[in-house]
Amino acid sequence: MSDIKNIEATEVQKEYNILNLGPTHPATHGIFQNVLKMDGEIIMHAEPTIGYIHRAFEKLAEHRPYNQIAPITDRLNYCSSPINNMGWHMTVEKLIGCEVPKRADYMRVIIMELARISDHIICTTIIGQDTGATTGFLYFFQMREKVYEIYEEVCGARLTTNIGRVGGMERDFSKRAIELLKKFLIEFPEYLKEFQSLIERNRIFMDRTINCGPISAERALAYGFTGPNLRAAGVDYDVRVANPYSRYQDFNFSIPIGTNGDTYDRFMVRIQEMWESISIINQAFDGLPEGPIHADVPNFYLPEKQEVYSKMEALIYHFKIVMGETAIPKGEVYHSVEGGNGELGYYLISDGGRTPYRLHFRRPCFIYYQAYPEMITNGLLSDAILTMSSMNVIAGELDA
Amino acid sequence: MELSNMETSNLNELISQSLKNRYADKFISEEQQYDFTNYTIDKSVLIDALDFLKTDPEIACNFLTTLCGVHMPDQEGSEFGMMYQLQNMEKNLRIRVKIWMSKDDLHLPTATGIWPSANWMERQEYDFFGFKFVGHPDLRRILNMDEMNYFPMRKEYPLEDGSRDDKNDKMFGR
Repeated sequence: MSDIKNIEATEVQKEYNILNLGPTHPATHGIFQNVLKMDGEIIMHAEPTIGYIHRAFEKLAEHRPYNQIAPITDRLNYCSSPINNMGWHMTVEKLIGCEVPKRADYMRVIIMELARISDHIICTTIIGQDTGATTGFLYFFQMREKVYEIYEEVCGARLTTNIGRVGGMERDFSKRAIELLKKFLIEFPEYLKEFQSLIERNRIFMDRTINCGPISAERALAYGFTGPNLRAAGVDYDVRVANPYSRYQDFNFSIPIGTNGDTYDRFMVRIQEMWESISIINQAFDGLPEGPIHADVPNFYLPEKQEVYSKMEALIYHFKIVMGETAIPKGEVYHSVEGGNGELGYYLISDGGRTPYRLHFRRPCFIYYQAYPEMITNGLLSDAILTMSSMNVIAGELDA
Repeated sequence: MELSNMETSNLNELISQSLKNRYADKFISEEQQYDFTNYTIDKSVLIDALDFLKTDPEIACNFLTTLCGVHMPDQEGSEFGMMYQLQNMEKNLRIRVKIWMSKDDLHLPTATGIWPSANWMERQEYDFFGFKFVGHPDLRRILNMDEMNYFPMRKEYPLEDGSRDDKNDKMFGR
């Protein structure tokens, strides 16, 4: 046994493991592939691959009349599709210079804030789920169902909603929709409070999430972060305040911000935003004025089906709108809304034709997901999973 | 509200003046499109201009909102365009910087040195239009498959790949 020799630490050849996280992995909640170089359980390098559900929306939009693009936008961030729909309608309204009546704007605000709540419900409960707090996920997720019931009553669909039309809303809130909304406004704060008290000061949850996947405000801005993730890093930028649309200036609400930009802050910002959303919905619902629900733009607003079947004028307009035969101004317009996970922008070039000449979607997750490798390097694999769920990356929006 | 409007219009004036002074004939045009001012400059001064707009303490358009390309086959000599949308969050100022280039030379400098966020956005525009970003750290396709041999967002390519034979026209009602 005399030939045993001591090996110096510097002589040891280090070997890294390559680990494929995804494309379909139950913990990533979507189709994301990351090739990780691991040193034990520490991530040394990450290489994300995206595009697995790319559906060529920008090309598709160049071949569709303006009204037929709204269903495409449903499929961007499918956790809060009404916000995408409204963003698109507002972009076209900006192009044609159409002023939407107050009632329609308030209805839009109610729907958009409901969508924000359902988006944040998914994100926050999944952060809970990934830290092992399944209870929150199971109980609080019921509330998303209630939101979807309201959508269903307002537009007939649940996930890919296509709510609203260019020029306003397609129909008024029904009696049942108002009942459901009133019930939701009473029930939801209870559930939110319960979920919050279950998780936010929980020792295990705090130990797992504080300092997990942090990003500084400076890096976040350099990487083009927007929305709750940017606010968690401490920058109080919100499109609803910076460039108010749909009469957001009428409402009184505050913008919650974090300090460390870690998973805990991202979680807390979203929880606080849900409280603010509830307050906005209450204000809009109390102040919901009487009046028309759409602007008088017969060239763009689809007439009611009953009239299409019985009146010639409505039939003509219906035909013209569906076939894209209405004159539309030339120009370039950018409009952005505060989506569930950041600034969702539409950059539209119109050449006066029946379809957009070019339509570019500014998808918030596509832009901020590129910071993911930097955020998880030198961290644990289990932290990487949490970081991803707290960033709220939605595959549909990422891949467009 | 009144004050901030005045402030942004003053800033727009300042930007236009400084760009004109800095680049003389390389500054091509200025145009108001809805709530955005578009500044068209020559490709050769692009990076200098973006860097100037970002670092100038007065202007401070330090956030790259988005960038995207456009293909206009009818514009002889400047078929391809690239648009950079910058933002000064504090003063709520948004501007657009544009460059145009001929279809024979799609090389342009990368903005990744100024904003890391430009990385994937530029890869996306390469993927769809074929812009060659000189100095980009990792210029590969991002959303389409690597084997694709054309740039689908160019206007000459139809919506559907004509070479496909797996679609039965009878089934799709054509």
